[in-house]
Amino acid sequence: MEQQASAWALVLSGDPALYAIVGLSLGVSLGATLLAALLGAPLGALIALSRFPGRQAVVVMLNALMGLPPVVVGLAVYLLLSRSGPLGEWGLLFTPSAMVVTQTILVLPIIAALSRQTIEDLWQEYREELAAMGVGPVRRIRTLLWDARFSLVTALLAGFGRAAAEVGSIIIVGGNIEGYTRTMTTTIALETSKGNLPLAMGLGMILLCIVLAVNVAAWAVKQVGARFEQ
Amino acid sequence: MNTTHLPIVLDGVHVSIGGTSILRNVSLRLEAGAPTVLIGPNGSGKTTLLRAAMGLMPTTAGAVRWGTDGDGSPGRSALVFQRPVMLRRSVADNVRYALDVSGFPRPLREQRTGQLLSLVGLAALANRPAPRLSGGERQRLAMARALARDPEALFLDEPTASLDPAATLAIEELVRAVSARGVKVVMTTHDLGEAARLAGDVVLLHRGEVAETGPVAQVLGNPTTEIARRFISGQLVL
Amino acid sequence: MFTHLLPIVKARTGITAKVIAQGTGQALETARRGDADVVFVHDPEAEARFVAEGHGIRRQLVMYNDFVLVGPAADPAGVKGREVLPALQAIRRGQRLFVSRGDKSGTHQAELRLWKEAGIEVNAATDRWYRAVGQGMGPALNIAAASDAYILTDRATWISFLNKAGLVLLVEGDRRLHNQYSLILVNPERHPEARSAEGLRFIDFLLSPEGQQEIARFRVEGQQLFFPNASLTQ
Repeated sequence: MEQQASAWALVLSGDPALYAIVGLSLGVSLGATLLAALLGAPLGALIALSRFPGRQAVVVMLNALMGLPPVVVGLAVYLLLSRSGPLGEWGLLFTPSAMVVTQTILVLPIIAALSRQTIEDLWQEYREELAAMGVGPVRRIRTLLWDARFSLVTALLAGFGRAAAEVGSIIIVGGNIEGYTRTMTTTIALETSKGNLPLAMGLGMILLCIVLAVNVAAWAVKQVGARFEQ
Repeated sequence: MNTTHLPIVLDGVHVSIGGTSILRNVSLRLEAGAPTVLIGPNGSGKTTLLRAAMGLMPTTAGAVRWGTDGDGSPGRSALVFQRPVMLRRSVADNVRYALDVSGFPRPLREQRTGQLLSLVGLAALANRPAPRLSGGERQRLAMARALARDPEALFLDEPTASLDPAATLAIEELVRAVSARGVKVVMTTHDLGEAARLAGDVVLLHRGEVAETGPVAQVLGNPTTEIARRFISGQLVL
Repeated sequence: MFTHLLPIVKARTGITAKVIAQGTGQALETARRGDADVVFVHDPEAEARFVAEGHGIRRQLVMYNDFVLVGPAADPAGVKGREVLPALQAIRRGQRLFVSRGDKSGTHQAELRLWKEAGIEVNAATDRWYRAVGQGMGPALNIAAASDAYILTDRATWISFLNKAGLVLLVEGDRRLHNQYSLILVNPERHPEARSAEGLRFIDFLLSPEGQQEIARFRVEGQQLFFPNASLTQ
């Protein structure tokens, strides 16, 4: 119980450094999830509605990419953003932006793959009706994304869960710089390496609570959406 | 009402799907005026005929032409399915969506949505999620969506199938009201009584061919073919 | 220690330094790619190579501390109080568990040099008593603590480490355990993007009497962890 006590003590102490870390964690993970959703959901919808040779291969590939190893993505982004890499001039390495980039890459396939499934199911339902209404291809995708929005929350949650729990890629491209790129997970890794296991465990509890809170919020949103399901 | 796209003329229409012939040599004139009601046993091609006439389904042979003086291209039409899909939005948003799709001017949209909902008797349910409506209410909302396209011809596929008498009555009254506004209604039904109540012309389909067609009183009261006599007298027709 | 130093650096020079904590090998690799402005490291041989390759200039000694050998309190190899080379030989002879950083860090390189000087050839792939974990000092200490193994660590990490469990300090004070830290400026001719003006001011401050004094003032649990020796600069 000592771990929990120290976790609560940390929260109650109102340590601004802790809040900065929590804030950065949320900012990076939510930012990455949002970006990945803006790109991934339309991509998933596009694949759901398209018929082209090799489509099955693309679907399998997308599903496989859900299991991208964070360390590999982190390394690839590191090499891209490094000053001697192709995008080095942007000066993004070891910044929160770099962390958003790498997590977006990790989350994108999850959101795209889960959106594709959701949209494809809804498309089966809507297909004839939209055809009879004479709805064009662009509006079709917009309609499906909008009407599936409550179901897509699940895809966003899966993506956010991946991002919030992830440490392997952000520690490589962020550098775990105190007060700048230090997040919940990299702090937990650091405190573990300092042998401060109670603090690491306590931070883990806080992270768990935050993820739980986000899930509760999403659940509430889905409850609203359930009124629109058959 | 601009009626230059009527009548709809089907000339020797064949439709086959995957090698199976669904419609064979169908020639019909769907004239402006009272509803044309398609009857016939299951699988006789009623739904396919609706879709072919509307232009949703390509013909294998023959032609569908709209109007007698123009180039025959289809006019504005709308189709209501037997089990219409409700968009996962409110009742009013379903109508707004249909108005947007048909390019209805935005500033007039709210007013038009209200009119359509009143017409189909759903004004009180405007904010309810559409997927929560009853079967009859769904049919009426689908009619409102269809009317949002301001169609010259409205195609209804078994609009009263599996509805209770009260809901059926509401739909039939709506069909009469729509027809009275100059919209050509083409619908299918299993219910000969309904055909008698609503139709101007009746078309009896059998195995993809027109078995008998004419004004409702003539076809139902004095059928000329053996098939029609048996079907109308309530015998099973295979 | 940087938590102590950086606010002072900021106050005196206006420079906001960002610290990427990496082992010496990884830190020099990062700098080789041009992703650092200054390196603060402790592996004389690797540093010399880095400078010879033209990646760094103006290598300066800045401070030292020492390595210590820690291990289980029961000390099954009987190394307590001995010099470091006989201690390592005793561990090898007894096939006692030994955890190595195995990550090309300064500490790892120092450990490998000591084995060599002790006349022992370790093979991480085949020696079952020798466990190269490929991680930082802290994780390696956690592993040693959990498996009652011997391990070489720098004194600063050892003192601030909170999960010592059954580990105790066994060997210290041998001159072979001297641990020298240096500052190297990333060569602006090789890496034009490096902020070398700021890097130089950062280095100059740490080498100045005031900077040196601040290094000496840093204490954990009352113990001084680093000993400034910039005056010895070559």
